[in-house]
Amino acid sequence: MTSSSRNPILITASRLLAPFIQLFALYVIFHGHFGPGGGFQGGALLAASILMLRLSVGAERSELKFRKSWGTPVGALGAMIFAGTGLLTLLLGGRFLEYHFLPLPDLSRAELHSTGILLIEVGVSLAVMAVLVAIYDDIMEGPGGD
Amino acid sequence: MRKISLIALVLFGALLLYASSGLPGHGDPDGPSHRERSRAGSPVAAAHYIRHAQGDAASPNIVTVVLADYRGFDTLGETVVVLTAGLVCYLILRRSP
Repeated sequence: MTSSSRNPILITASRLLAPFIQLFALYVIFHGHFGPGGGFQGGALLAASILMLRLSVGAERSELKFRKSWGTPVGALGAMIFAGTGLLTLLLGGRFLEYHFLPLPDLSRAELHSTGILLIEVGVSLAVMAVLVAIYDDIMEGPGGD
Repeated sequence: MRKISLIALVLFGALLLYASSGLPGHGDPDGPSHRERSRAGSPVAAAHYIRHAQGDAASPNIVTVVLADYRGFDTLGETVVVLTAGLVCYLILRRSP
């Protein structure tokens, strides 16, 4: 699946915009503690930047940024980061997702909770980004496709 | 049949509008979700969250703390739902080689 029209304005604009969208997505994810934002929103922004490249420069070149075969595995990895954080606290003597049992030294109980929230937000954002891109790729490849 | 369903729809909409006039206003301190104790006498969760969120998680964003800490298990379920949607699209749409 390659895009039929290679408009240089579209290609240049999307290639310029994509890094800034990704940077803003990281800001939304990591600033979720202090303002509006979080894993779901940041993951959607990351997916938007990749899908914009998919639409403008074509599937083949945008695969340099995110391969088609990565979608489902990275989504599973995100969910595993989330569940793994919970299981880690479970193994270390706490309850599921009880973040102050995380094995990080020199952090107070509240800071450990903050770190745990950050960990699972990263997992959520990975899962959301990968699944949104994977659904687009699945639809484009489709039963009617090649 | 369509007329009957249309009339029922309008009546139901009017009922909902009438019921919404009894809801408490936004930010009403006497609203049921902002009280310390519910009418049955049990403590209300919202007051606990507002009072303890920053001390529990060193984060001024109460929404994030509720989403990822107090209700972390719920958010795990949401993530699994998203992942399941992706897997189902993969299974249905990709042709097996």
